[in-house]
Amino acid sequence: MHDVTLIVNGVPRHARVPARRLLSDFLRHDLGLTGTHVGCEHGVCGACTVLLDGRPVRACLTFAVSVSGQEVTTVEGLARDGELSPVQRAFAECHGLQCGFCTPGFLTTVTAFLRENPAPADDEAIEAVAGNLCRCTGYQNIVKSVHRAAELMAEEGP
Amino acid sequence: MKPPSFVYHAPATVAEAVEALAAAGADGKVLAGGQSLIPLMNMRLAAPGQLVDINHVAGLGEITAEAGGVRVGALARHAEVEASETAFAAQPLVRGALRLVAHPAVRNRGTTVGSIVHADPAAEMPAVLALLDGSVRVRGPEGERDIPAAEFFTGPMESSLRTGELAVSAFFPSTRGGTAIAEVARRHGDYAMAGVAALVAPDRARVACLSVGPVPVVVDVTSAEGDWKRAAHLVRERIEPEADIHATADYRRHLTGVLAERALREAADA
Repeated sequence: MHDVTLIVNGVPRHARVPARRLLSDFLRHDLGLTGTHVGCEHGVCGACTVLLDGRPVRACLTFAVSVSGQEVTTVEGLARDGELSPVQRAFAECHGLQCGFCTPGFLTTVTAFLRENPAPADDEAIEAVAGNLCRCTGYQNIVKSVHRAAELMAEEGP
Repeated sequence: MKPPSFVYHAPATVAEAVEALAAAGADGKVLAGGQSLIPLMNMRLAAPGQLVDINHVAGLGEITAEAGGVRVGALARHAEVEASETAFAAQPLVRGALRLVAHPAVRNRGTTVGSIVHADPAAEMPAVLALLDGSVRVRGPEGERDIPAAEFFTGPMESSLRTGELAVSAFFPSTRGGTAIAEVARRHGDYAMAGVAALVAPDRARVACLSVGPVPVVVDVTSAEGDWKRAAHLVRERIEPEADIHATADYRRHLTGVLAERALREAADA
């Protein structure tokens, strides 16, 4: 067993887990943060995407023990003071989700993407979500949500 | 879909890592980015008894310009190598190829050296290393050695790395002339059904093909003398693709020829 401490959404969280504990299961089972969803568990679907030191990674392809001491942002950490983030609001406004299973992965991925590219072209927005699978929406409204989130962020400033 | 148990080592130095690997023997496996290893473990296709996690080893993440090329450390993530101006200045093909490797979320964690050591014949970076006649520097109980790309890849997911050895860096040589890479995948970010990296210099032209053999297949097409249709024909004759769920062998052969012509033309114009 290994002691793992992560800064999750700004708060230090600790658990004692076996080395084989995936970051996705560490968040869900050990910390009770079930916002991070687990889809394919081999890196294809992107539902488990979280931000590790600010950059999107597959939580299901990361051992918790290996990233001990680092900062993780999950979907629970996107809202500020009870208010949804611009990316979250854009997804709600544009119907960028239906069943919602894949949504946590899209939200984290898009949040990081818009930080790097605040005004993406259409093909850039499409490429940005290409690593996340959604079986409901057909992606059209997700791409709209990316553009809408960019607008909201530009309007509201940093 | 949970990985099997393993004994976990987290060495702080290369010497400690080599020691742990040597002690683990055939049961040991290196964990770097884990973007190939952890899926294999989740699907129980691999079950190493001991993992040597090199993520905490200092000094392995460097990307350094050296005489005649760029050296990429074992912990340099794909995304870092892709963004590196040092790597781009020494060999622009590295960035071009990395953009085709999976998705940003995978490139943020996966390492370029890890991808090479994984030696998947469908992967881009082994083909790039083979095209450029690069090399892999490994450290083992007997010291350090450089393995040329031509001797490194020995089969699908197999390399000439010996038990107990750690790949510490890969060297991508600079080249005179132009380079390019072209591939076709079913979906953006998937492994390609076929792909070709090309190098056209004043005195030579060659390609490295992926997904059409047990290792990256390098074909010298200097004899085509700039007739890239003829070069594509030479490539089609040399490769021995296999059929799978994604494409028939004939389609792969056809596609590889088309991509070879396209990549060579682009490299010649670069």
